[in-house]
Amino acid sequence: MPQLLLELFSEEIPARMQVQAARDLERMARERLAEQGFLPEAMTAFAGPRRLTLVIEGLPEAQADRTEERKGPRVGAPDKAMEGFLRSTGLTMDQLVDQDGVWFAKIERKGRPTPEIIAEMVEAIVRSFPWPKSMTWGRGTLRWVRPLKRIVCVFDGVVVPFVIDGIASGETSEGHRFMGDAKPFRARNFDEYQAGLSAHFVVLDAEERKAAILEGARTLCFARNLELVEDEGLLAEVAGLAEWPTPVLGDMDPDFLDLPPEVIRTSMRTHQKYFAVRDPATGGLAPHFITVANIQAADGGAAIAAGNAKVLSARLADARFFWDEDRKLTLEDRLEKLKGVTFHAKLGTMFERADRITQLARRLAPLVGADPEAAAKAARLAKADLVTGMVGEFPELQGLMGGYYAHAEGLDPEIADAIRDHYKPQGPGDAVPGSPLGQVLALADKLDSLIGFFGIDEKPTGSKDPYALRRAALGVIRIVLEGGLRLPIRDIAGDEQVAFFADRLKVLLREQGRRHDLVDAVFALGDDDLIRIVARVEALDGFLTTEDGANLLAGYKRATNILRAEEKKGALPDGPAAAMDGAPRAELALVQALSGVEPAVADALAAEDFVAAMQALAGLRGPVDAFFEQVLVNAEDPAERDNRLRLLSQVRDAMGRVADFSQVTG
Amino acid sequence: MSSEKPLSFQGLILKLHDYWSRQGCVILQPHDVEVGAGTLHPATVLRALGPKPWRAAYVQPSRRPADGRYGENPNRLQHYYQYQVILKPNPDDLQDLYLGSLEAIGLDTRLHDIRFVEDDWENPTVGAWGLGWEVWCDGMEVTQYTYFQKVGGVDVWPVAGELTYGLERLAMYLQGVDHFTDLAFNDPDGPAPMTYGEVFLENERQQSTANFDGYDVATLKRQFEDMETQVPRLLAMKGPQGQAIVLPAYDHVLKASHLFNLMDARGAIAVAERQSYIGRIRDLTKMCAEAWVANEGGNA
Repeated sequence: MPQLLLELFSEEIPARMQVQAARDLERMARERLAEQGFLPEAMTAFAGPRRLTLVIEGLPEAQADRTEERKGPRVGAPDKAMEGFLRSTGLTMDQLVDQDGVWFAKIERKGRPTPEIIAEMVEAIVRSFPWPKSMTWGRGTLRWVRPLKRIVCVFDGVVVPFVIDGIASGETSEGHRFMGDAKPFRARNFDEYQAGLSAHFVVLDAEERKAAILEGARTLCFARNLELVEDEGLLAEVAGLAEWPTPVLGDMDPDFLDLPPEVIRTSMRTHQKYFAVRDPATGGLAPHFITVANIQAADGGAAIAAGNAKVLSARLADARFFWDEDRKLTLEDRLEKLKGVTFHAKLGTMFERADRITQLARRLAPLVGADPEAAAKAARLAKADLVTGMVGEFPELQGLMGGYYAHAEGLDPEIADAIRDHYKPQGPGDAVPGSPLGQVLALADKLDSLIGFFGIDEKPTGSKDPYALRRAALGVIRIVLEGGLRLPIRDIAGDEQVAFFADRLKVLLREQGRRHDLVDAVFALGDDDLIRIVARVEALDGFLTTEDGANLLAGYKRATNILRAEEKKGALPDGPAAAMDGAPRAELALVQALSGVEPAVADALAAEDFVAAMQALAGLRGPVDAFFEQVLVNAEDPAERDNRLRLLSQVRDAMGRVADFSQVTG
Repeated sequence: MSSEKPLSFQGLILKLHDYWSRQGCVILQPHDVEVGAGTLHPATVLRALGPKPWRAAYVQPSRRPADGRYGENPNRLQHYYQYQVILKPNPDDLQDLYLGSLEAIGLDTRLHDIRFVEDDWENPTVGAWGLGWEVWCDGMEVTQYTYFQKVGGVDVWPVAGELTYGLERLAMYLQGVDHFTDLAFNDPDGPAPMTYGEVFLENERQQSTANFDGYDVATLKRQFEDMETQVPRLLAMKGPQGQAIVLPAYDHVLKASHLFNLMDARGAIAVAERQSYIGRIRDLTKMCAEAWVANEGGNA
């Protein structure tokens, strides 16, 4: 079946937008085609620096004929309604069909030729494409990410004719800007298109570009007995900056190697988009870099390597200047300057923030097993690196530079490391601080943000979280859980923040595959100790997968249904159930079982052994099952009835101490 | 770089003048008011607005008082030159025209790695933004390339394409020089060779001293306010054809903006005040932009 080739050729598309653009193009085409009754056999989208390409296999030459049935007014409806219906369907009265007293119109829709539909589809896509930022150019009104220059649109070897804001579709594309003959070429199908691109030095597929960069870079390193420092994010970015990506190895002045390696890597990465290179013998950085050029130069890249090396030298000379200048002052010397740095208009300066973090750190230290004075000292200095030249230049090195400068001025290494680590964890892939002092600082930093921003009503809403409070809360949770810390959050944060923590913990547990109803069942207890909460959820999860657990849950539901129905009529009888004379064996057995289970649950909970608490509850399963099988709760004798209700209340309460089983589904 | 002798600093300017002149640009001289960037020249900020076609190229001395380093930093100056090109509406082949200018100054695009790297330009003090790129040559930013979308809070249509070349940096690259003072200003083999340092080092030293330690802050502040009050006063007047008096008003916005930069270099702008000053300058620019557009859609 015929193939559609679509290429939207523009000026350079920002690298970070390309992957999503390919996805959007495919999705929009799929949706539009589906609306027209098309189900293509295959669709593939590509994105690169100057083009979005879509190839669709297996479209029919025309749309199938369709019959559309539309329901109209009932027979005998007023003329006005009938007229409206006829007008909207384009039929006459005698063409309508009477079905059970209602008029129906059967409209035969002749299938349209596929090119007609494609033309409409492309125009709709181009005019509503969801670029994160778009622009107009020249005298046009069309919006695109950068000026759109050409549209190749060929169906079954023939151009699909249309014009969008002055751009006429065609079968001519162009290749690399600088390499090859720079002449346009014809592309009447995907094979011809790919051949044309290859001949004109364009790698269409981003994955192929990435693979070529990686392989080329590794080969360059291998030849010099070096090792590439791989970087996924950077790889994806540079693959979006070159149509003919060509790695080039350049040299760096080895004198710069005395700079912190993170500084060198950050300068290479953020300013220059270079890969760093390692010496496999030492594991440290080697005095080289890899840049990815867009051309294969006639001189083998000598001029490119030399030019880039010069630029890097200038960058690193700047960094060296900051490194040398910054170390002339101690962190303590810099504190005064923090008074001039606003943290947030309503939350004061960074100096005030450091002060709050210091108070918090002093308070938290004993809970984490750290020295309060060391914690306070580290906290006071933690933000001082914000007013260093290096962090001014590379904000992402905050914390890390503080650590380096603290070491350099001879502060206690533990304090220096705590300063270094206090922003951790910075994402799901980042570790939490290892030392108690580091944990105290990291907790204080995040808790101050949470308390502060909640206090001025700057809470995250929907997808908006400008102050990264979700990440902060998750960071606190991870530090507490991974560090095994007992932190009474309610003592430090307000109700709203506790609820926020609960939400974040739910998300975390759900991501770890825990059932969200179990998370709810535990949260309903109102505990604020994260470690206990997680242990409970885990124990509950384990318990409910056992046969005893599943059956006991069923018994619990039955008991609560009965109790709820009774509660509607009036208050339940209070007090414990008695072993009444003449009571059925199953009732007595349940009384007996509860007398053993209740203290066992209490002991296990006191010891925070939630698995044991669940096991103790499991002892109720047999007696509860037998009770429901053999005993009628709604006995005629009110005394018997009340005793049985008391018994069920006791079961509900005993289980309720372990988790709120009413929140558990299934 | 070609095998020929690299261009001197003034040779570079002359080549760009020649090239852009051939593209139909009016070759203007610098605006005679201190500005922080070539964009702020009325030939760009004001002429970008309104329906009339416009092509201009010029060198603009740019003053960034806080960037002064007494001439000691190899590539930071408080007074440097930008080469500015504006074409409205932007021609379809503006990228090719731009690349042609690189060839014209001796950059072989088959030997050097030219890339267009996303950079969304924004200047909050004049309420302007646009989309475009930093153009990199072998990893060095040589040009800012922007399609203006808004200036002074007003939509730019037809869209103007703007190119800003950092002349010192570009010349250093072409000449293979590591410090701006070592740049050949004119022909080094000519009868009276001069370096950039010989022409401008003393200026950097003296201006840096004045910028960081010299000016009286109270005076700067008062002058800022004086300039600020002139703007609405001038805009309220009418010229002989009934037009608003925009160009003189805008000059006073530029003066206010420069005074703000001087106060900033003196460390006299508290963090909390900064936004408010920027907002005041933006409001003044906006008034000018609107008056410009109202003058018969840019009657100048």
